[in-house]
Amino acid sequence: MKKIHVTTKVNGDEVEFLCPPEETLLDALRDRLGFSGAKEGCGTGDCGACSVTLNGRLVCSCLVLGAEAEGAEISTVEGLAHGGELHPLQQSFIDNAALQCGICTPGILVAAKALLERNPDPSDSEIRYWLAGNLCRCTGYDKIIKAVKIAAAEMRGETA
Amino acid sequence: MQFVTAQSTAEAARLLAESGGAARVLAGGTDLLVQMKSGMVEPATIIDIKKIPGMMEITEEDGGYRIGAGVPGQMLGEHAGVVALWPGVVEGCELIGSTQVQGRCTMVGNLCNASPAADSVPPMVAANAVARIEGPDGSRDVPVADIPAGPGKLNLKPGELITSIFLPARPKRASDAYLRFIPRTEMDIAVASAAVSLELAEDGSIAHARVALGAVGPKVALVEDAARAIEGTTLDDAALDALMAACRAACSPINDKRGTVEFRTQVAGVLAKRAALIAKDRAGEKQ
Repeated sequence: MKKIHVTTKVNGDEVEFLCPPEETLLDALRDRLGFSGAKEGCGTGDCGACSVTLNGRLVCSCLVLGAEAEGAEISTVEGLAHGGELHPLQQSFIDNAALQCGICTPGILVAAKALLERNPDPSDSEIRYWLAGNLCRCTGYDKIIKAVKIAAAEMRGETA
Repeated sequence: MQFVTAQSTAEAARLLAESGGAARVLAGGTDLLVQMKSGMVEPATIIDIKKIPGMMEITEEDGGYRIGAGVPGQMLGEHAGVVALWPGVVEGCELIGSTQVQGRCTMVGNLCNASPAADSVPPMVAANAVARIEGPDGSRDVPVADIPAGPGKLNLKPGELITSIFLPARPKRASDAYLRFIPRTEMDIAVASAAVSLELAEDGSIAHARVALGAVGPKVALVEDAARAIEGTTLDDAALDALMAACRAACSPINDKRGTVEFRTQVAGVLAKRAALIAKDRAGEKQ
Protein backbone atom coordinates (compact mmCIF):
# COMPACT_ATOMS: atom_id res chain seq x y z
CA MET A 1 0.00 0.00 0.00
CA LYS A 2 1.31 3.39 -0.96
CA LYS A 3 2.08 5.66 1.96
CA ILE A 4 1.20 9.33 1.87
CA HIS A 5 3.77 12.03 2.51
CA VAL A 6 2.36 14.70 4.82
CA THR A 7 3.92 18.04 5.73
CA THR A 8 2.26 19.83 8.62
CA LYS A 9 2.95 22.07 11.61
CA VAL A 10 2.73 20.78 15.17
CA ASN A 11 2.98 23.38 17.95
CA GLY A 12 4.54 25.81 15.49
CA ASP A 13 7.24 23.48 14.16
CA GLU A 14 7.15 22.11 10.63
CA VAL A 15 7.21 18.31 10.59
CA GLU A 16 6.72 15.61 7.97
CA PHE A 17 5.71 11.99 8.09
CA LEU A 18 4.66 9.06 5.93
CA CYS A 19 1.42 7.27 6.75
CA PRO A 20 -1.02 4.83 5.19
CA PRO A 21 -4.21 6.52 3.91
CA GLU A 22 -6.44 5.08 6.64
CA GLU A 23 -4.19 6.11 9.54
CA THR A 24 -5.69 8.60 11.96
CA LEU A 25 -4.02 11.86 12.92
CA LEU A 26 -3.94 10.51 16.48
CA ASP A 27 -1.86 7.50 15.47
CA ALA A 28 0.40 9.65 13.30
CA LEU A 29 1.01 12.09 16.16
CA ARG A 30 1.71 9.34 18.67
CA ASP A 31 3.53 6.69 16.66
CA ARG A 32 5.28 8.66 13.93
CA LEU A 33 5.97 12.04 15.50
CA GLY A 34 6.38 11.10 19.16
CA PHE A 35 3.61 13.36 20.47
CA SER A 36 2.13 10.89 22.93
CA GLY A 37 0.18 13.48 24.94
CA ALA A 38 -3.07 12.86 23.04
CA LYS A 39 -4.54 9.54 24.16
CA GLU A 40 -6.84 7.04 22.51
CA GLY A 41 -9.79 6.44 24.80
CA CYS A 42 -12.68 5.31 22.62
CA GLY A 43 -11.38 5.88 19.09
CA THR A 44 -14.84 7.04 18.00
CA GLY A 45 -15.00 10.69 19.06
CA ASP A 46 -16.97 10.14 22.25
CA CYS A 47 -14.38 10.66 25.00
CA GLY A 48 -12.19 13.60 23.95
CA ALA A 49 -8.92 12.10 25.27
CA CYS A 50 -7.35 12.65 21.83
CA SER A 51 -8.33 16.35 21.61
CA VAL A 52 -6.00 18.62 19.63
CA THR A 53 -6.65 21.78 17.66
CA LEU A 54 -6.55 21.61 13.87
CA ASN A 55 -6.30 25.02 12.18
CA GLY A 56 -7.56 26.58 15.39
CA ARG A 57 -10.57 24.32 15.91
CA LEU A 58 -10.84 21.77 18.66
CA VAL A 59 -11.18 18.27 17.17
CA CYS A 60 -10.86 14.63 18.15
CA SER A 61 -7.65 13.53 16.41
CA CYS A 62 -9.05 9.98 16.24
CA LEU A 63 -11.68 11.34 13.80
CA VAL A 64 -9.14 13.03 11.52
CA LEU A 65 -7.00 11.19 9.00
CA GLY A 66 -3.27 11.85 9.08
CA ALA A 67 -3.46 12.69 5.38
CA GLU A 68 -5.87 15.55 6.15
CA ALA A 69 -3.14 17.29 8.15
CA GLU A 70 -1.30 18.30 4.96
CA GLY A 71 -0.62 22.03 5.21
CA ALA A 72 -2.47 22.32 8.51
CA GLU A 73 -1.51 23.75 11.89
CA ILE A 74 -1.94 21.43 14.83
CA SER A 75 -1.62 22.19 18.53
CA THR A 76 -1.25 19.45 21.13
CA VAL A 77 -0.82 19.42 24.90
CA GLU A 78 2.94 19.36 24.36
CA GLY A 79 2.68 22.97 23.14
CA LEU A 80 1.14 24.31 26.37
CA ALA A 81 4.22 24.63 28.57
CA HIS A 82 7.02 27.01 27.62
CA GLY A 83 10.41 25.59 28.52
CA GLY A 84 10.14 24.49 32.12
CA GLU A 85 7.18 26.73 32.85
CA LEU A 86 3.77 25.12 32.91
CA HIS A 87 0.75 26.80 31.33
CA PRO A 88 -1.55 28.35 33.99
CA LEU A 89 -4.12 25.64 33.21
CA GLN A 90 -1.57 22.88 33.83
CA GLN A 91 -0.43 24.50 37.11
CA SER A 92 -4.03 24.96 38.21
CA PHE A 93 -4.88 21.30 37.50
CA ILE A 94 -1.97 20.29 39.79
CA ASP A 95 -2.74 22.85 42.49
CA ASN A 96 -6.43 21.98 42.54
CA ALA A 97 -6.09 18.20 42.27
CA ALA A 98 -8.01 18.15 38.98
CA LEU A 99 -6.50 14.88 37.84
CA GLN A 100 -6.04 11.38 39.16
CA CYS A 101 -5.09 8.81 36.54
CA GLY A 102 -4.41 11.57 34.00
CA ILE A 103 -5.57 9.82 30.84
CA CYS A 104 -8.24 12.44 30.10
CA THR A 105 -6.08 15.37 31.26
CA PRO A 106 -4.18 16.24 28.03
CA GLY A 107 -7.44 16.38 26.08
CA ILE A 108 -9.15 18.45 28.77
CA LEU A 109 -6.22 20.89 28.92
CA VAL A 110 -6.26 21.40 25.14
CA ALA A 111 -10.05 21.80 25.18
CA ALA A 112 -9.98 24.21 28.13
CA LYS A 113 -7.27 26.31 26.46
CA ALA A 114 -9.41 26.53 23.31
CA LEU A 115 -12.36 27.68 25.46
CA LEU A 116 -10.38 30.38 27.27
CA GLU A 117 -9.07 31.73 23.97
CA ARG A 118 -12.70 32.34 22.89
CA ASN A 119 -14.11 33.20 26.27
CA PRO A 120 -11.65 34.37 28.94
CA ASP A 121 -14.34 34.43 31.65
CA PRO A 122 -16.65 31.44 31.19
CA SER A 123 -19.38 30.53 33.68
CA ASP A 124 -19.54 27.06 35.27
CA SER A 125 -22.28 26.17 32.80
CA GLU A 126 -20.27 27.34 29.81
CA ILE A 127 -17.27 25.28 30.94
CA ARG A 128 -19.44 22.20 31.48
CA TYR A 129 -21.06 22.44 28.05
CA TRP A 130 -17.74 23.12 26.32
CA LEU A 131 -16.12 20.13 28.04
CA ALA A 132 -19.13 17.81 27.59
CA GLY A 133 -17.12 15.85 25.02
CA ASN A 134 -14.25 15.21 27.44
CA LEU A 135 -15.04 12.24 29.64
CA CYS A 136 -13.30 11.70 32.98
CA ARG A 137 -13.91 8.48 34.86
CA CYS A 138 -12.02 9.05 38.11
CA THR A 139 -11.39 12.66 39.17
CA GLY A 140 -14.96 13.86 38.94
CA TYR A 141 -15.87 17.00 37.06
CA ASP A 142 -16.20 19.50 39.92
CA LYS A 143 -12.47 19.80 40.49
CA ILE A 144 -11.83 20.12 36.75
CA ILE A 145 -14.37 22.94 36.41
CA LYS A 146 -12.90 24.68 39.45
CA ALA A 147 -9.33 24.36 38.11
CA VAL A 148 -10.38 25.88 34.76
CA LYS A 149 -12.10 28.79 36.54
CA ILE A 150 -9.08 29.51 38.73
CA ALA A 151 -6.71 29.35 35.75
CA ALA A 152 -9.02 31.66 33.78
CA ALA A 153 -8.98 34.21 36.63
CA GLU A 154 -5.20 34.07 36.78
CA MET A 155 -4.91 34.49 33.02
CA ARG A 156 -7.16 37.56 33.24
CA GLY A 157 -4.70 38.98 35.78
CA GLU A 158 -7.03 38.56 38.74
CA THR A 159 -5.89 36.90 41.93
CA ALA A 160 -8.18 34.11 42.98
CA MET B 1 -7.40 2.20 0.40
CA GLN B 2 -6.62 5.33 -1.54
CA PHE B 3 -6.85 8.92 -0.25
CA VAL B 4 -7.54 11.64 -2.81
CA THR B 5 -7.73 15.37 -2.20
CA ALA B 6 -10.18 16.54 -4.85
CA GLN B 7 -9.44 19.91 -6.45
CA SER B 8 -12.87 20.49 -7.99
CA THR B 9 -16.45 19.27 -7.58
CA ALA B 10 -16.29 17.82 -11.09
CA GLU B 11 -13.22 15.76 -10.13
CA ALA B 12 -14.95 14.55 -6.94
CA ALA B 13 -18.04 13.53 -8.92
CA ARG B 14 -15.93 11.76 -11.54
CA LEU B 15 -14.00 9.81 -8.89
CA LEU B 16 -17.26 8.87 -7.16
CA ALA B 17 -18.82 7.71 -10.43
CA GLU B 18 -15.73 5.72 -11.46
CA SER B 19 -15.57 3.94 -8.11
CA GLY B 20 -18.86 2.14 -8.68
CA GLY B 21 -19.96 2.75 -5.10
CA ALA B 22 -16.62 1.90 -3.49
CA ALA B 23 -15.64 5.51 -2.73
CA ARG B 24 -16.78 7.71 0.12
CA VAL B 25 -16.74 11.48 0.39
CA LEU B 26 -14.85 12.90 3.38
CA ALA B 27 -15.89 16.28 4.76
CA GLY B 28 -15.89 16.42 8.58
CA GLY B 29 -15.38 12.67 8.96
CA THR B 30 -17.34 12.47 12.22
CA ASP B 31 -19.61 9.75 10.81
CA LEU B 32 -17.32 8.26 8.14
CA LEU B 33 -14.31 7.57 10.38
CA VAL B 34 -16.53 6.00 13.04
CA GLN B 35 -18.11 3.75 10.39
CA MET B 36 -14.67 2.79 9.07
CA LYS B 37 -13.42 2.02 12.58
CA SER B 38 -16.38 -0.28 13.26
CA GLY B 39 -15.97 -2.01 9.90
CA MET B 40 -19.42 -0.85 8.74
CA VAL B 41 -17.81 0.59 5.60
CA GLU B 42 -14.52 -0.24 3.92
CA PRO B 43 -14.09 2.34 1.18
CA ALA B 44 -11.57 1.69 -1.60
CA THR B 45 -11.18 5.43 -2.04
CA ILE B 46 -11.70 8.39 0.25
CA ILE B 47 -12.34 11.68 -1.51
CA ASP B 48 -11.50 14.66 0.69
CA ILE B 49 -13.56 17.60 -0.61
CA LYS B 50 -12.45 20.28 1.84
CA LYS B 51 -9.77 21.76 -0.43
CA ILE B 52 -12.24 22.36 -3.27
CA PRO B 53 -12.82 26.14 -3.61
CA GLY B 54 -15.94 27.24 -1.73
CA MET B 55 -16.33 24.11 0.41
CA MET B 56 -15.24 25.86 3.61
CA GLU B 57 -17.11 29.09 2.90
CA ILE B 58 -20.39 30.73 3.79
CA THR B 59 -21.35 33.20 1.06
CA GLU B 60 -24.25 35.63 0.69
CA GLU B 61 -26.44 34.87 -2.30
CA ASP B 62 -29.76 36.49 -3.28
CA GLY B 63 -30.36 37.66 0.29
CA GLY B 64 -29.74 34.17 1.68
CA TYR B 65 -26.63 32.13 2.40
CA ARG B 66 -24.84 29.32 0.62
CA ILE B 67 -23.11 26.97 3.07
CA GLY B 68 -20.23 24.92 1.64
CA ALA B 69 -20.27 21.17 2.27
CA GLY B 70 -17.14 21.37 4.44
CA VAL B 71 -18.33 24.15 6.77
CA PRO B 72 -18.32 22.83 10.35
CA GLY B 73 -21.20 23.45 12.78
CA GLN B 74 -19.10 25.73 14.93
CA MET B 75 -18.35 28.02 11.98
CA LEU B 76 -22.06 28.32 11.22
CA GLY B 77 -22.67 29.43 14.81
CA GLU B 78 -19.92 32.06 14.48
CA HIS B 79 -21.56 33.65 11.42
CA ALA B 80 -23.69 36.55 12.67
CA GLY B 81 -25.63 36.80 9.40
CA VAL B 82 -26.75 33.16 9.34
CA VAL B 83 -27.56 33.24 13.06
CA ALA B 84 -29.76 36.30 12.53
CA LEU B 85 -31.56 34.94 9.45
CA TRP B 86 -31.95 31.24 10.33
CA PRO B 87 -31.38 30.78 14.11
CA GLY B 88 -33.31 27.50 14.13
CA VAL B 89 -31.02 25.95 11.53
CA VAL B 90 -27.98 27.06 13.50
CA GLU B 91 -29.32 25.68 16.79
CA GLY B 92 -30.07 22.34 15.12
CA CYS B 93 -26.55 22.18 13.71
CA GLU B 94 -24.96 23.17 17.01
CA LEU B 95 -26.70 20.28 18.79
CA ILE B 96 -24.68 17.73 16.80
CA GLY B 97 -22.11 16.12 19.10
CA SER B 98 -19.50 17.66 21.36
CA THR B 99 -17.35 20.77 20.91
CA GLN B 100 -14.78 18.53 19.22
CA VAL B 101 -17.39 17.17 16.80
CA GLN B 102 -18.65 20.73 16.19
CA GLY B 103 -15.17 21.62 14.94
CA ARG B 104 -15.63 19.16 12.07
CA CYS B 105 -19.25 18.05 11.54
CA THR B 106 -21.14 19.50 8.58
CA MET B 107 -24.79 20.04 7.66
CA VAL B 108 -24.31 18.16 4.42
CA GLY B 109 -22.73 15.23 6.27
CA ASN B 110 -25.58 15.22 8.75
CA LEU B 111 -28.03 15.14 5.82
CA CYS B 112 -26.09 12.44 3.94
CA ASN B 113 -25.74 10.21 7.00
CA ALA B 114 -29.50 9.86 6.44
CA SER B 115 -30.55 9.35 10.03
CA PRO B 116 -34.20 10.23 10.71
CA ALA B 117 -32.95 11.72 14.00
CA ALA B 118 -30.36 14.07 12.39
CA ASP B 119 -30.59 17.39 14.25
CA SER B 120 -29.83 19.77 11.38
CA VAL B 121 -32.30 18.23 8.93
CA PRO B 122 -35.72 19.23 10.39
CA PRO B 123 -34.73 22.92 10.57
CA MET B 124 -33.29 22.74 7.02
CA VAL B 125 -36.57 21.22 5.80
CA ALA B 126 -38.58 23.87 7.68
CA ALA B 127 -36.33 26.51 6.09
CA ASN B 128 -37.04 25.07 2.64
CA ALA B 129 -33.26 24.79 2.21
CA VAL B 130 -31.99 23.59 -1.15
CA ALA B 131 -29.11 21.16 -1.69
CA ARG B 132 -26.83 21.70 -4.69
CA ILE B 133 -25.84 18.36 -6.16
CA GLU B 134 -22.86 17.78 -8.41
CA GLY B 135 -22.79 14.66 -10.54
CA PRO B 136 -21.68 13.10 -13.81
CA ASP B 137 -24.48 14.98 -15.61
CA GLY B 138 -23.62 18.37 -14.13
CA SER B 139 -25.25 20.11 -11.21
CA ARG B 140 -28.86 20.25 -10.02
CA ASP B 141 -30.70 21.85 -7.10
CA VAL B 142 -33.03 19.72 -4.95
CA PRO B 143 -35.01 20.70 -1.82
CA VAL B 144 -33.40 19.17 1.29
CA ALA B 145 -36.78 17.59 2.12
CA ASP B 146 -36.44 15.38 -0.98
CA ILE B 147 -32.91 14.13 -0.24
CA PRO B 148 -33.57 11.44 2.43
CA ALA B 149 -35.12 8.23 1.08
CA GLY B 150 -35.22 6.32 4.38
CA PRO B 151 -32.86 5.36 7.20
CA GLY B 152 -29.33 5.34 5.69
CA LYS B 153 -30.69 5.94 2.17
CA LEU B 154 -30.54 9.00 -0.07
CA ASN B 155 -32.19 10.08 -3.31
CA LEU B 156 -28.83 10.59 -4.98
CA LYS B 157 -27.71 8.91 -8.20
CA PRO B 158 -24.38 7.10 -8.49
CA GLY B 159 -21.55 9.61 -8.70
CA GLU B 160 -23.56 12.45 -7.16
CA LEU B 161 -22.48 14.45 -4.13
CA ILE B 162 -23.96 17.45 -2.34
CA THR B 163 -21.62 20.42 -2.55
CA SER B 164 -23.57 23.09 -0.66
CA ILE B 165 -26.80 23.98 1.10
CA PHE B 166 -28.67 27.16 0.23
CA LEU B 167 -30.63 28.89 2.99
CA PRO B 168 -32.99 31.28 1.19
CA ALA B 169 -33.80 34.93 1.88
CA ARG B 170 -36.88 35.62 3.98
CA PRO B 171 -39.09 38.58 4.94
CA LYS B 172 -37.98 40.76 7.82
CA ARG B 173 -40.55 39.50 10.34
CA ALA B 174 -39.71 35.84 10.10
CA SER B 175 -37.77 33.37 12.19
CA ASP B 176 -37.44 29.71 13.10
CA ALA B 177 -36.65 27.39 16.00
CA TYR B 178 -35.63 23.78 16.58
CA LEU B 179 -36.16 21.66 19.69
CA ARG B 180 -35.37 18.04 20.42
CA PHE B 181 -36.02 15.72 23.34
CA ILE B 182 -33.10 13.78 24.80
CA PRO B 183 -33.01 12.18 28.26
CA ARG B 184 -30.05 14.33 29.31
CA THR B 185 -28.80 17.84 28.56
CA GLU B 186 -26.02 17.28 26.00
CA MET B 187 -24.37 14.75 23.70
CA ASP B 188 -27.28 12.53 22.72
CA ILE B 189 -29.45 11.59 19.74
CA ALA B 190 -32.97 13.00 19.37
CA VAL B 191 -35.81 10.78 20.61
CA ALA B 192 -38.18 13.22 18.90
CA SER B 193 -37.61 16.66 17.41
CA ALA B 194 -39.45 19.54 15.76
CA ALA B 195 -38.54 22.57 13.69
CA VAL B 196 -40.88 25.45 12.92
CA SER B 197 -40.25 28.33 10.51
CA LEU B 198 -42.69 31.27 10.53
CA GLU B 199 -43.38 34.50 8.69
CA LEU B 200 -45.55 37.07 10.45
CA ALA B 201 -48.17 39.29 8.76
CA GLU B 202 -48.47 43.04 9.50
CA ASP B 203 -50.98 42.32 12.29
CA GLY B 204 -48.65 39.82 13.98
CA SER B 205 -50.57 36.72 12.88
CA ILE B 206 -48.84 33.82 11.14
CA ALA B 207 -48.72 34.53 7.41
CA HIS B 208 -46.79 31.43 6.44
CA ALA B 209 -45.42 28.42 8.32
CA ARG B 210 -43.39 25.28 7.70
CA VAL B 211 -43.23 22.51 10.30
CA ALA B 212 -40.86 19.52 10.17
CA LEU B 213 -40.52 16.59 12.57
CA GLY B 214 -37.50 14.36 13.21
CA ALA B 215 -37.05 10.89 14.73
CA VAL B 216 -40.75 10.02 14.46
CA GLY B 217 -40.68 8.24 11.10
CA PRO B 218 -38.28 6.67 8.60
CA LYS B 219 -37.25 10.14 7.43
CA VAL B 220 -37.64 13.73 8.51
CA ALA B 221 -41.20 14.77 7.65
CA LEU B 222 -42.56 18.08 6.42
CA VAL B 223 -46.03 18.29 8.03
CA GLU B 224 -48.16 20.53 5.85
CA ASP B 225 -51.32 20.01 7.94
CA ALA B 226 -49.45 21.34 10.96
CA ALA B 227 -48.46 24.49 9.06
CA ARG B 228 -52.07 25.02 7.84
CA ALA B 229 -53.26 24.63 11.46
CA ILE B 230 -51.43 27.77 12.57
CA GLU B 231 -51.47 29.96 9.45
CA GLY B 232 -53.82 32.92 9.92
CA THR B 233 -53.75 32.53 13.71
CA THR B 234 -51.84 34.26 16.49
CA LEU B 235 -50.89 30.90 18.04
CA ASP B 236 -53.86 30.98 20.38
CA ASP B 237 -54.58 27.83 22.39
CA ALA B 238 -56.95 26.40 19.77
CA ALA B 239 -54.34 26.85 17.03
CA LEU B 240 -51.63 25.25 19.14
CA ASP B 241 -53.91 22.31 19.94
CA ALA B 242 -54.58 21.87 16.21
CA LEU B 243 -50.82 22.11 15.52
CA MET B 244 -50.09 19.38 18.08
CA ALA B 245 -52.86 17.15 16.74
CA ALA B 246 -51.61 17.51 13.15
CA CYS B 247 -48.04 16.72 14.22
CA ARG B 248 -49.11 13.65 16.18
CA ALA B 249 -51.18 12.43 13.24
CA ALA B 250 -48.05 12.62 11.07
CA CYS B 251 -45.93 10.48 13.44
CA SER B 252 -45.05 6.88 12.63
CA PRO B 253 -42.10 6.25 14.96
CA ILE B 254 -40.39 3.04 15.95
CA ASN B 255 -40.52 1.56 19.44
CA ASP B 256 -37.04 1.23 20.88
CA LYS B 257 -35.07 1.61 24.08
CA ARG B 258 -34.88 5.36 23.61
CA GLY B 259 -38.62 5.94 23.36
CA THR B 260 -41.95 4.23 22.81
CA VAL B 261 -44.29 5.03 19.94
CA GLU B 262 -46.71 6.70 22.35
CA PHE B 263 -43.99 8.80 24.02
CA ARG B 264 -42.41 9.94 20.76
CA THR B 265 -45.80 10.85 19.31
CA GLN B 266 -46.81 12.79 22.41
CA VAL B 267 -43.49 14.64 22.70
CA ALA B 268 -43.32 15.53 18.98
CA GLY B 269 -46.53 17.56 19.41
CA VAL B 270 -45.24 19.34 22.52
CA LEU B 271 -41.92 20.18 20.84
CA ALA B 272 -43.67 21.57 17.75
CA LYS B 273 -45.85 23.79 19.96
CA ARG B 274 -42.87 25.12 21.92
CA ALA B 275 -40.77 25.63 18.78
CA ALA B 276 -43.66 27.56 17.17
CA LEU B 277 -43.89 29.87 20.20
CA ILE B 278 -40.11 30.47 20.19
CA ALA B 279 -40.08 31.13 16.43
CA LYS B 280 -42.97 33.62 16.80
CA ASP B 281 -41.19 35.47 19.63
CA ARG B 282 -38.00 35.66 17.56
CA ALA B 283 -39.89 36.91 14.51
CA GLY B 284 -41.77 39.48 16.61
CA GLU B 285 -38.52 40.90 17.95
CA LYS B 286 -37.45 41.82 14.39
CA GLN B 287 -39.56 44.99 14.06
